[in-house]
Amino acid sequence: MKYALLIYSDPTVEASPEDMAKTMEDYYNFTNNINERGINLGGEALDAIETATTVRVRNDETLTTDGPFAETKEVLGGFYLIDVADLDAAVAVAAELPGSWHGSVEVRPVWDFENAQQAE
Amino acid sequence: MTQTEHEAIERVFRSEYGRVVATLIRQVGDFDLAEDAVQDAVIAALSKWQASGVPKNPGAWLTTAARRKAIDRLRRQTNYQEKLARLEHRVRTDQSAEHGEPVDTQVHDDQLRLIFTCCHPALAMEAQVALTLKTLGGLSTAEIARGFLTSESTMAQRIVRAKRKIKQAGIPYRVPPDAQLPDRVDAVLAVIYLIFNEGYSASTGDNLVRRELCSDAIRLGAAIGALMPDEAEALGLSALMQLNHARRDARTDRGSVVLLEHQDRDLWHRDEIETASLLLDRAIRLEHPGPYQIQAAIAALHSNAAAFTVTDWEQIRALYDRLHNLRPSPVVALNRAVAIAMADGSEKGLVALEEVATELAGYPWYHSSRAELLLRLERYDEATVAFRLAISLTNNRDSRSFLEERLALIS
Repeated sequence: MKYALLIYSDPTVEASPEDMAKTMEDYYNFTNNINERGINLGGEALDAIETATTVRVRNDETLTTDGPFAETKEVLGGFYLIDVADLDAAVAVAAELPGSWHGSVEVRPVWDFENAQQAE
Repeated sequence: MTQTEHEAIERVFRSEYGRVVATLIRQVGDFDLAEDAVQDAVIAALSKWQASGVPKNPGAWLTTAARRKAIDRLRRQTNYQEKLARLEHRVRTDQSAEHGEPVDTQVHDDQLRLIFTCCHPALAMEAQVALTLKTLGGLSTAEIARGFLTSESTMAQRIVRAKRKIKQAGIPYRVPPDAQLPDRVDAVLAVIYLIFNEGYSASTGDNLVRRELCSDAIRLGAAIGALMPDEAEALGLSALMQLNHARRDARTDRGSVVLLEHQDRDLWHRDEIETASLLLDRAIRLEHPGPYQIQAAIAALHSNAAAFTVTDWEQIRALYDRLHNLRPSPVVALNRAVAIAMADGSEKGLVALEEVATELAGYPWYHSSRAELLLRLERYDEATVAFRLAISLTNNRDSRSFLEERLALIS
Protein backbone atom coordinates (compact mmCIF):
# COMPACT_ATOMS: atom_id res chain seq x y z
CA MET A 1 0.00 0.00 0.00
CA LYS A 2 1.07 3.55 -0.66
CA TYR A 3 1.26 6.02 2.21
CA ALA A 4 2.17 9.69 2.41
CA LEU A 5 4.25 10.62 5.43
CA LEU A 6 3.51 14.28 6.09
CA ILE A 7 6.09 15.95 8.28
CA TYR A 8 4.89 18.69 10.61
CA SER A 9 7.07 20.87 12.76
CA ASP A 10 7.03 24.04 14.79
CA PRO A 11 8.80 26.74 12.67
CA THR A 12 9.35 29.02 15.67
CA VAL A 13 11.85 26.61 17.20
CA GLU A 14 15.31 27.85 16.25
CA ALA A 15 17.96 25.21 15.79
CA SER A 16 21.67 25.79 16.30
CA PRO A 17 23.96 25.24 13.28
CA GLU A 18 25.19 22.00 14.89
CA ASP A 19 21.62 20.77 15.35
CA MET A 20 20.80 21.70 11.76
CA ALA A 21 23.80 19.75 10.50
CA LYS A 22 22.80 16.77 12.62
CA THR A 23 19.21 16.90 11.33
CA MET A 24 20.41 17.06 7.72
CA GLU A 25 22.57 14.03 8.33
CA ASP A 26 19.68 12.15 9.96
CA TYR A 27 17.45 12.88 6.95
CA TYR A 28 20.21 11.87 4.56
CA ASN A 29 20.61 8.53 6.36
CA PHE A 30 16.86 7.97 6.53
CA THR A 31 16.43 8.62 2.79
CA ASN A 32 19.31 6.31 1.93
CA ASN A 33 17.87 3.64 4.15
CA ILE A 34 14.39 3.67 2.58
CA ASN A 35 15.95 3.82 -0.89
CA GLU A 36 17.92 0.68 -0.15
CA ARG A 37 14.79 -1.05 1.08
CA GLY A 38 13.07 -0.09 -2.17
CA ILE A 39 10.08 1.52 -0.46
CA ASN A 40 10.76 5.17 -1.30
CA LEU A 41 8.52 6.57 -4.03
CA GLY A 42 9.78 10.12 -3.57
CA GLY A 43 9.44 13.16 -1.37
CA GLU A 44 10.46 16.74 -0.91
CA ALA A 45 11.32 19.22 1.79
CA LEU A 46 9.26 22.39 1.57
CA ASP A 47 10.51 25.93 1.95
CA ALA A 48 9.45 28.01 4.97
CA ILE A 49 5.78 28.78 5.57
CA GLU A 50 6.49 32.51 4.96
CA THR A 51 7.08 31.67 1.29
CA ALA A 52 3.65 30.07 0.84
CA THR A 53 0.80 31.50 -1.20
CA THR A 54 -2.79 30.26 -0.97
CA VAL A 55 -4.98 30.20 -4.06
CA ARG A 56 -8.78 30.05 -4.19
CA VAL A 57 -11.02 30.41 -7.23
CA ARG A 58 -14.43 31.86 -6.40
CA ASN A 59 -16.90 33.05 -9.04
CA ASP A 60 -14.25 32.64 -11.71
CA GLU A 61 -11.98 34.97 -9.80
CA THR A 62 -8.58 33.84 -8.61
CA LEU A 63 -7.87 35.00 -5.08
CA THR A 64 -4.32 34.80 -3.82
CA THR A 65 -3.37 35.36 -0.23
CA ASP A 66 -0.15 35.38 1.66
CA GLY A 67 0.24 32.39 3.91
CA PRO A 68 -1.50 30.20 5.22
CA PHE A 69 -0.76 31.41 8.71
CA ALA A 70 -3.03 29.04 10.55
CA GLU A 71 -3.46 29.16 14.31
CA THR A 72 -1.90 25.71 14.64
CA LYS A 73 1.68 25.77 15.77
CA GLU A 74 2.89 22.92 13.56
CA VAL A 75 3.12 23.41 9.81
CA LEU A 76 3.72 21.04 6.92
CA GLY A 77 7.43 21.05 6.21
CA GLY A 78 7.89 18.15 3.82
CA PHE A 79 6.71 14.71 2.81
CA TYR A 80 7.68 11.26 1.66
CA LEU A 81 5.66 8.83 -0.37
CA ILE A 82 6.33 5.20 0.52
CA ASP A 83 5.07 1.79 -0.55
CA VAL A 84 4.87 -0.78 2.26
CA ALA A 85 2.74 -3.78 3.26
CA ASP A 86 0.38 -2.23 5.80
CA LEU A 87 -0.19 0.50 8.37
CA ASP A 88 2.07 -1.15 10.95
CA ALA A 89 4.94 -1.02 8.47
CA ALA A 90 4.14 2.59 7.58
CA VAL A 91 4.07 3.58 11.26
CA ALA A 92 7.43 1.87 11.77
CA VAL A 93 8.93 3.91 8.91
CA ALA A 94 7.34 7.09 10.29
CA ALA A 95 9.02 6.39 13.63
CA GLU A 96 12.40 6.24 11.86
CA LEU A 97 11.75 9.57 10.20
CA PRO A 98 13.71 12.31 12.02
CA GLY A 99 10.65 14.57 11.74
CA SER A 100 8.74 12.37 14.21
CA TRP A 101 11.44 12.75 16.86
CA HIS A 102 10.73 16.45 17.37
CA GLY A 103 7.58 17.40 15.48
CA SER A 104 5.04 14.89 14.23
CA VAL A 105 4.43 12.76 11.17
CA GLU A 106 0.96 12.17 9.81
CA VAL A 107 0.57 8.81 8.08
CA ARG A 108 -2.07 8.96 5.36
CA PRO A 109 -2.94 6.14 2.99
CA VAL A 110 -3.01 7.22 -0.64
CA TRP A 111 -6.51 7.03 -2.08
CA ASP A 112 -6.80 3.91 -4.19
CA PHE A 113 -9.08 4.80 -7.13
CA GLU A 114 -9.17 1.35 -8.63
CA ASN A 115 -10.22 -0.42 -5.44
CA ALA A 116 -12.63 2.33 -4.49
CA GLN A 117 -14.43 1.92 -7.80
CA GLN A 118 -14.59 -1.83 -7.40
CA ALA A 119 -16.23 -1.51 -4.04
CA GLU A 120 -19.06 0.59 -5.45
CA MET B 1 -39.99 -23.71 21.23
CA THR B 2 -39.74 -22.95 24.90
CA GLN B 3 -38.17 -19.88 26.40
CA THR B 4 -35.25 -21.91 27.77
CA GLU B 5 -34.54 -23.47 24.36
CA HIS B 6 -34.54 -20.04 22.82
CA GLU B 7 -32.18 -18.75 25.50
CA ALA B 8 -29.90 -21.75 25.00
CA ILE B 9 -29.61 -20.93 21.30
CA GLU B 10 -28.97 -17.26 22.11
CA ARG B 11 -26.15 -18.31 24.43
CA VAL B 12 -24.62 -20.49 21.73
CA PHE B 13 -24.72 -17.57 19.28
CA ARG B 14 -23.08 -15.25 21.74
CA SER B 15 -20.26 -17.61 22.64
CA GLU B 16 -19.60 -18.71 19.03
CA TYR B 17 -20.07 -15.38 17.29
CA GLY B 18 -16.58 -13.97 17.81
CA ARG B 19 -14.94 -17.21 16.78
CA VAL B 20 -16.96 -17.56 13.58
CA VAL B 21 -16.53 -13.89 12.60
CA ALA B 22 -12.78 -14.11 13.25
CA THR B 23 -12.41 -17.00 10.81
CA LEU B 24 -14.70 -15.46 8.20
CA ILE B 25 -12.83 -12.15 8.24
CA ARG B 26 -9.59 -13.94 7.44
CA GLN B 27 -11.21 -16.06 4.75
CA VAL B 28 -13.08 -13.26 2.98
CA GLY B 29 -10.69 -10.43 3.91
CA ASP B 30 -13.46 -7.99 4.75
CA PHE B 31 -15.06 -7.09 8.10
CA ASP B 32 -18.43 -6.03 6.75
CA LEU B 33 -18.91 -8.95 4.44
CA ALA B 34 -17.88 -11.37 7.17
CA GLU B 35 -20.27 -9.86 9.70
CA ASP B 36 -23.19 -9.71 7.27
CA ALA B 37 -22.61 -13.32 6.29
CA VAL B 38 -22.46 -14.47 9.93
CA GLN B 39 -25.66 -12.54 10.59
CA ASP B 40 -27.32 -14.38 7.69
CA ALA B 41 -26.07 -17.66 9.09
CA VAL B 42 -27.43 -16.87 12.54
CA ILE B 43 -30.86 -16.22 11.07
CA ALA B 44 -30.69 -19.48 9.16
CA ALA B 45 -29.53 -21.31 12.27
CA LEU B 46 -32.37 -19.96 14.34
CA SER B 47 -35.05 -21.60 12.22
CA LYS B 48 -33.03 -24.73 11.53
CA TRP B 49 -32.00 -25.39 15.13
CA GLN B 50 -35.48 -24.72 16.45
CA ALA B 51 -36.68 -27.61 14.32
CA SER B 52 -33.85 -30.09 14.67
CA GLY B 53 -31.93 -28.99 17.77
CA VAL B 54 -28.48 -27.43 18.23
CA PRO B 55 -25.82 -29.38 16.28
CA LYS B 56 -22.90 -31.01 18.06
CA ASN B 57 -20.39 -28.47 16.79
CA PRO B 58 -22.41 -25.23 16.41
CA GLY B 59 -19.31 -23.17 15.62
CA ALA B 60 -18.42 -25.33 12.60
CA TRP B 61 -22.06 -25.32 11.47
CA LEU B 62 -22.18 -21.52 11.63
CA THR B 63 -18.81 -21.15 9.89
CA THR B 64 -19.90 -23.33 6.97
CA ALA B 65 -23.27 -21.62 6.69
CA ALA B 66 -21.70 -18.16 6.93
CA ARG B 67 -19.19 -19.00 4.22
CA ARG B 68 -22.01 -20.06 1.87
CA LYS B 69 -23.82 -16.82 2.64
CA ALA B 70 -20.62 -14.88 1.98
CA ILE B 71 -20.29 -16.56 -1.43
CA ASP B 72 -23.92 -15.66 -2.21
CA ARG B 73 -23.27 -12.08 -1.24
CA LEU B 74 -20.02 -11.95 -3.23
CA ARG B 75 -21.78 -13.19 -6.38
CA ARG B 76 -24.06 -10.18 -6.20
CA GLN B 77 -21.07 -7.82 -6.40
CA THR B 78 -19.29 -6.76 -9.55
CA ASN B 79 -15.73 -8.00 -9.98
CA TYR B 80 -16.39 -10.75 -7.48
CA GLN B 81 -14.24 -13.42 -9.17
CA GLU B 82 -11.01 -12.28 -7.61
CA LYS B 83 -12.48 -12.18 -4.12
CA LEU B 84 -14.18 -15.52 -4.60
CA ALA B 85 -10.92 -17.08 -5.74
CA ARG B 86 -9.21 -15.69 -2.68
CA LEU B 87 -11.90 -17.10 -0.42
CA GLU B 88 -11.71 -20.54 -2.05
CA HIS B 89 -7.96 -20.52 -1.76
CA ARG B 90 -8.11 -19.66 1.95
CA VAL B 91 -10.68 -22.36 2.62
CA ARG B 92 -8.58 -24.96 0.79
CA THR B 93 -5.52 -24.10 2.85
CA ASP B 94 -7.50 -24.45 6.09
CA GLN B 95 -6.50 -28.08 6.46
CA SER B 96 -9.08 -30.08 8.26
CA ALA B 97 -10.80 -33.41 8.14
CA GLU B 98 -14.26 -31.92 7.99
CA HIS B 99 -15.59 -29.89 5.06
CA GLY B 100 -12.63 -27.54 4.93
CA GLU B 101 -13.29 -26.26 8.45
CA PRO B 102 -10.28 -24.61 10.04
CA VAL B 103 -8.58 -26.73 12.67
CA ASP B 104 -8.60 -25.60 16.29
CA THR B 105 -5.21 -23.89 16.20
CA GLN B 106 -6.34 -21.96 13.13
CA VAL B 107 -9.55 -20.83 14.87
CA HIS B 108 -7.43 -19.85 17.86
CA ASP B 109 -5.12 -17.73 15.67
CA ASP B 110 -8.08 -16.15 13.90
CA GLN B 111 -9.52 -15.00 17.21
CA LEU B 112 -6.21 -13.52 18.30
CA ARG B 113 -5.93 -11.68 14.98
CA LEU B 114 -9.38 -10.24 15.46
CA ILE B 115 -8.65 -9.09 19.02
CA PHE B 116 -5.44 -7.33 18.04
CA THR B 117 -7.05 -5.72 15.01
CA CYS B 118 -10.04 -4.42 17.00
CA CYS B 119 -7.67 -3.03 19.65
CA HIS B 120 -5.19 -1.50 17.21
CA PRO B 121 -3.67 1.73 18.56
CA ALA B 122 -4.41 3.53 15.27
CA LEU B 123 -8.09 3.38 16.27
CA ALA B 124 -9.53 5.72 18.91
CA MET B 125 -10.10 4.03 22.26
CA GLU B 126 -13.87 4.36 22.03
CA ALA B 127 -13.78 2.82 18.56
CA GLN B 128 -11.68 -0.06 19.88
CA VAL B 129 -14.22 -0.69 22.62
CA ALA B 130 -17.20 -0.58 20.26
CA LEU B 131 -15.55 -2.81 17.69
CA THR B 132 -14.44 -5.35 20.29
CA LEU B 133 -17.94 -5.66 21.73
CA LYS B 134 -19.49 -5.85 18.27
CA THR B 135 -17.28 -8.32 16.48
CA LEU B 136 -15.76 -10.30 19.31
CA GLY B 137 -18.52 -10.05 21.87
CA GLY B 138 -21.39 -10.46 19.42
CA LEU B 139 -23.37 -7.55 20.90
CA SER B 140 -25.74 -5.59 18.72
CA THR B 141 -25.08 -1.93 17.99
CA ALA B 142 -28.20 -1.06 20.02
CA GLU B 143 -26.90 -2.98 23.04
CA ILE B 144 -23.50 -1.29 22.88
CA ALA B 145 -25.16 2.13 22.53
CA ARG B 146 -27.27 1.48 25.64
CA GLY B 147 -24.20 0.32 27.53
CA PHE B 148 -22.28 3.48 26.74
CA LEU B 149 -25.24 5.86 27.01
CA THR B 150 -25.05 7.08 23.43
CA SER B 151 -27.57 6.95 20.63
CA GLU B 152 -27.65 3.95 18.34
CA SER B 153 -26.87 6.12 15.32
CA THR B 154 -23.76 7.58 16.99
CA MET B 155 -22.56 4.10 17.90
CA ALA B 156 -23.33 2.75 14.41
CA GLN B 157 -21.35 5.60 12.88
CA ARG B 158 -18.43 4.96 15.22
CA ILE B 159 -18.32 1.29 14.21
CA VAL B 160 -18.67 2.03 10.49
CA ARG B 161 -15.86 4.58 10.69
CA ALA B 162 -13.58 2.17 12.56
CA LYS B 163 -14.16 -0.61 10.03
CA ARG B 164 -13.58 1.78 7.17
CA LYS B 165 -10.30 2.85 8.72
CA ILE B 166 -9.15 -0.75 9.13
CA LYS B 167 -9.78 -1.31 5.44
CA GLN B 168 -8.66 1.99 3.94
CA ALA B 169 -5.65 2.65 6.14
CA GLY B 170 -4.39 -0.91 5.83
CA ILE B 171 -4.50 -1.97 9.49
CA PRO B 172 -3.16 -5.54 9.26
CA TYR B 173 -5.28 -8.52 10.33
CA ARG B 174 -2.65 -10.34 12.31
CA VAL B 175 -1.06 -11.02 15.67
CA PRO B 176 1.67 -8.40 16.18
CA PRO B 177 5.32 -9.51 16.03
CA ASP B 178 7.06 -10.33 19.33
CA ALA B 179 8.74 -6.93 19.65
CA GLN B 180 5.39 -5.14 19.72
CA LEU B 181 3.50 -7.80 21.62
CA PRO B 182 3.83 -6.50 25.22
CA ASP B 183 2.46 -3.05 24.32
CA ARG B 184 -0.27 -4.48 22.18
CA VAL B 185 -1.37 -6.96 24.85
CA ASP B 186 -1.56 -4.04 27.30
CA ALA B 187 -3.80 -2.21 24.86
CA VAL B 188 -6.14 -5.20 24.55
CA LEU B 189 -6.39 -5.60 28.32
CA ALA B 190 -7.06 -1.87 28.73
CA VAL B 191 -10.04 -2.16 26.36
CA ILE B 192 -11.48 -5.12 28.27
CA TYR B 193 -11.01 -3.39 31.63
CA LEU B 194 -12.64 -0.22 30.32
CA ILE B 195 -15.69 -2.24 29.24
CA PHE B 196 -15.84 -3.82 32.69
CA ASN B 197 -15.57 -0.51 34.54
CA GLU B 198 -18.22 1.07 32.38
CA GLY B 199 -20.60 -1.60 33.64
CA TYR B 200 -19.21 -1.68 37.16
CA SER B 201 -19.63 2.01 37.85
CA ALA B 202 -23.26 1.73 36.74
CA SER B 203 -24.23 -0.45 39.64
CA THR B 204 -27.79 0.55 40.38
CA GLY B 205 -31.04 -1.26 39.57
CA ASP B 206 -32.16 0.96 36.71
CA ASN B 207 -28.74 0.49 35.15
CA LEU B 208 -29.05 -3.27 34.85
CA VAL B 209 -28.43 -3.20 31.10
CA ARG B 210 -25.14 -1.51 31.68
CA ARG B 211 -24.20 -4.02 34.35
CA GLU B 212 -24.28 -6.70 31.66
CA LEU B 213 -21.13 -5.07 30.30
CA CYS B 214 -19.39 -6.60 33.34
CA SER B 215 -20.39 -10.10 32.25
CA ASP B 216 -19.41 -9.28 28.66
CA ALA B 217 -15.98 -8.07 29.80
CA ILE B 218 -15.51 -11.16 31.98
CA ARG B 219 -16.46 -13.39 29.06
CA LEU B 220 -14.00 -11.57 26.77
CA GLY B 221 -11.33 -11.64 29.47
CA ALA B 222 -11.74 -15.39 29.90
CA ALA B 223 -11.48 -15.88 26.14
CA ILE B 224 -8.28 -13.85 26.03
CA GLY B 225 -6.89 -15.74 29.02
CA ALA B 226 -7.57 -18.99 27.17
CA LEU B 227 -5.94 -17.67 24.00
CA MET B 228 -2.86 -16.37 25.82
CA PRO B 229 -2.44 -18.71 28.80
CA ASP B 230 1.11 -17.50 29.44
CA GLU B 231 0.18 -13.83 29.77
CA ALA B 232 0.13 -13.36 33.54
CA GLU B 233 -1.56 -9.97 33.30
CA ALA B 234 -4.37 -11.34 31.12
CA LEU B 235 -5.12 -13.91 33.84
CA GLY B 236 -4.68 -11.22 36.49
CA LEU B 237 -7.24 -8.99 34.80
CA SER B 238 -9.69 -11.89 34.53
CA ALA B 239 -9.27 -12.62 38.23
CA LEU B 240 -9.65 -8.93 39.14
CA MET B 241 -12.89 -8.54 37.19
CA GLN B 242 -14.37 -11.76 38.56
CA LEU B 243 -13.47 -10.83 42.14
CA ASN B 244 -15.11 -7.42 41.86
CA HIS B 245 -18.15 -8.80 40.06
CA ALA B 246 -18.63 -11.48 42.75
CA ARG B 247 -19.63 -8.67 45.14
CA ARG B 248 -22.32 -7.25 42.82
CA ASP B 249 -25.35 -8.19 44.97
CA ALA B 250 -23.92 -6.55 48.07
CA ARG B 251 -22.70 -3.33 46.44
CA THR B 252 -26.09 -1.66 46.28
CA ASP B 253 -29.14 -1.65 48.48
CA ARG B 254 -32.40 -0.31 47.02
CA GLY B 255 -30.50 1.86 44.58
CA SER B 256 -27.87 3.34 46.88
CA VAL B 257 -24.21 2.45 47.13
CA VAL B 258 -23.04 0.26 50.01
CA LEU B 259 -19.39 0.68 51.00
CA LEU B 260 -17.21 -2.39 51.38
CA GLU B 261 -17.25 -1.84 55.13
CA HIS B 262 -21.03 -2.17 55.32
CA GLN B 263 -21.60 -4.87 52.73
CA ASP B 264 -23.40 -8.09 53.69
CA ARG B 265 -20.64 -10.58 52.95
CA ASP B 266 -23.16 -13.44 52.80
CA LEU B 267 -24.35 -11.93 49.51
CA TRP B 268 -20.95 -12.35 47.89
CA HIS B 269 -20.71 -15.17 45.36
CA ARG B 270 -18.29 -17.49 47.13
CA ASP B 271 -17.93 -19.93 44.21
CA GLU B 272 -16.86 -17.10 41.90
CA ILE B 273 -14.39 -15.76 44.48
CA GLU B 274 -12.87 -19.21 44.75
CA THR B 275 -12.54 -19.63 40.98
CA ALA B 276 -11.00 -16.18 40.63
CA SER B 277 -8.56 -16.79 43.49
CA LEU B 278 -7.34 -19.97 41.80
CA LEU B 279 -6.93 -18.05 38.55
CA LEU B 280 -4.89 -15.41 40.36
CA ASP B 281 -2.66 -18.11 41.87
CA ARG B 282 -2.03 -19.43 38.37
CA ALA B 283 -1.14 -15.91 37.18
CA ILE B 284 1.26 -15.32 40.07
CA ARG B 285 3.03 -18.61 39.43
CA LEU B 286 3.98 -17.31 35.96
CA GLU B 287 6.23 -14.82 37.81
CA HIS B 288 5.47 -11.78 35.67
CA PRO B 289 3.92 -9.41 38.18
CA GLY B 290 1.92 -6.45 36.97
CA PRO B 291 -0.73 -3.95 37.99
CA TYR B 292 -3.75 -6.15 37.24
CA GLN B 293 -2.38 -8.99 39.35
CA ILE B 294 -1.63 -6.63 42.23
CA GLN B 295 -5.12 -5.15 42.09
CA ALA B 296 -6.56 -8.67 41.94
CA ALA B 297 -4.46 -9.65 44.97
CA ILE B 298 -5.90 -6.67 46.87
CA ALA B 299 -9.43 -7.62 45.82
CA ALA B 300 -8.75 -11.23 46.87
CA LEU B 301 -7.64 -10.13 50.34
CA HIS B 302 -10.91 -8.22 50.74
CA SER B 303 -12.96 -11.05 49.31
CA ASN B 304 -11.43 -13.70 51.52
CA ALA B 305 -11.66 -11.68 54.77
CA ALA B 306 -14.46 -12.89 57.04
CA ALA B 307 -15.24 -9.32 58.10
CA PHE B 308 -14.09 -5.79 57.34
CA THR B 309 -12.37 -5.50 60.74
CA VAL B 310 -10.27 -8.64 60.26
CA THR B 311 -9.04 -7.63 56.77
CA ASP B 312 -5.27 -7.96 56.35
CA TRP B 313 -4.64 -4.22 56.00
CA GLU B 314 -0.86 -4.56 56.40
CA GLN B 315 -0.74 -6.76 53.35
CA ILE B 316 -3.11 -4.50 51.41
CA ARG B 317 -0.99 -1.48 52.20
CA ALA B 318 2.13 -3.32 51.03
CA LEU B 319 0.36 -4.20 47.76
CA TYR B 320 -0.70 -0.59 47.25
CA ASP B 321 2.94 0.43 47.80
CA ARG B 322 3.96 -1.92 44.99
CA LEU B 323 1.17 -0.72 42.75
CA HIS B 324 2.15 2.87 43.41
CA ASN B 325 5.77 2.13 42.49
CA LEU B 326 4.71 0.38 39.30
CA ARG B 327 1.94 2.75 38.14
CA PRO B 328 1.92 5.90 40.23
CA SER B 329 -1.38 7.74 40.02
CA PRO B 330 -3.26 10.05 42.39
CA VAL B 331 -6.15 7.57 42.68
CA VAL B 332 -3.79 4.74 43.63
CA ALA B 333 -2.25 7.11 46.19
CA LEU B 334 -5.72 7.78 47.57
CA ASN B 335 -6.44 4.06 48.00
CA ARG B 336 -3.03 3.60 49.54
CA ALA B 337 -3.79 6.36 52.05
CA VAL B 338 -7.02 4.59 53.03
CA ALA B 339 -5.08 1.34 53.54
CA ILE B 340 -2.53 3.20 55.68
CA ALA B 341 -5.38 4.61 57.77
CA MET B 342 -6.70 1.09 58.34
CA ALA B 343 -3.30 -0.40 59.09
CA ASP B 344 -1.69 2.41 61.10
CA GLY B 345 -4.55 4.63 62.21
CA SER B 346 -6.60 7.49 60.77
CA GLU B 347 -4.01 10.17 61.66
CA LYS B 348 -1.37 8.52 59.46
CA GLY B 349 -3.98 8.07 56.74
CA LEU B 350 -4.76 11.79 56.77
CA VAL B 351 -1.06 12.63 56.41
CA ALA B 352 -0.82 10.28 53.40
CA LEU B 353 -3.92 11.90 51.88
CA GLU B 354 -2.27 15.34 52.11
CA GLU B 355 0.23 14.22 49.46
CA VAL B 356 -2.46 14.23 46.76
CA ALA B 357 -4.53 17.14 48.09
CA THR B 358 -3.87 19.44 45.14
CA GLU B 359 -4.03 16.79 42.43
CA LEU B 360 -7.35 15.43 43.67
CA ALA B 361 -8.92 18.72 44.74
CA GLY B 362 -11.72 18.21 42.21
CA TYR B 363 -12.26 14.50 42.91
CA PRO B 364 -15.29 13.85 45.17
CA TRP B 365 -13.95 10.56 46.56
CA TYR B 366 -10.84 12.30 47.83
CA HIS B 367 -12.98 14.60 49.99
CA SER B 368 -15.32 11.82 51.11
CA SER B 369 -12.37 9.60 52.11
CA ARG B 370 -10.93 12.49 54.06
CA ALA B 371 -14.33 13.11 55.66
CA GLU B 372 -14.59 9.46 56.76
CA LEU B 373 -11.16 9.61 58.43
CA LEU B 374 -12.02 12.93 60.14
CA LEU B 375 -15.26 11.34 61.32
CA ARG B 376 -13.33 8.47 62.90
CA LEU B 377 -11.15 11.00 64.69
CA GLU B 378 -14.32 12.77 65.88
CA ARG B 379 -13.29 16.00 64.11
CA TYR B 380 -16.92 16.60 63.13
CA ASP B 381 -16.69 20.20 61.87
CA GLU B 382 -13.91 19.38 59.44
CA ALA B 383 -15.72 16.19 58.39
CA THR B 384 -18.87 18.20 57.62
CA VAL B 385 -16.93 20.61 55.41
CA ALA B 386 -15.25 17.73 53.56
CA PHE B 387 -18.56 15.88 52.98
CA ARG B 388 -20.16 19.07 51.65
CA LEU B 389 -17.24 19.56 49.27
CA ALA B 390 -17.60 15.97 48.06
CA ILE B 391 -21.34 16.43 47.49
CA SER B 392 -20.81 19.64 45.53
CA LEU B 393 -18.36 17.85 43.24
CA THR B 394 -20.46 14.82 42.30
CA ASN B 395 -22.98 14.70 39.47
CA ASN B 396 -23.99 11.10 39.99
CA ARG B 397 -27.39 10.88 41.67
CA ASP B 398 -26.66 7.67 43.60
CA SER B 399 -23.29 8.85 44.88
CA ARG B 400 -24.86 12.12 45.90
CA SER B 401 -27.64 10.57 47.95
CA PHE B 402 -25.10 8.26 49.56
CA LEU B 403 -22.88 11.18 50.60
CA GLU B 404 -25.89 13.13 51.87
CA GLU B 405 -26.80 10.17 54.09
CA ARG B 406 -23.28 10.10 55.50
CA LEU B 407 -23.41 13.83 56.18
CA ALA B 408 -26.79 13.48 57.91
CA LEU B 409 -25.14 11.11 60.41
CA ILE B 410 -23.02 13.93 61.80
CA SER B 411 -25.47 16.79 62.03
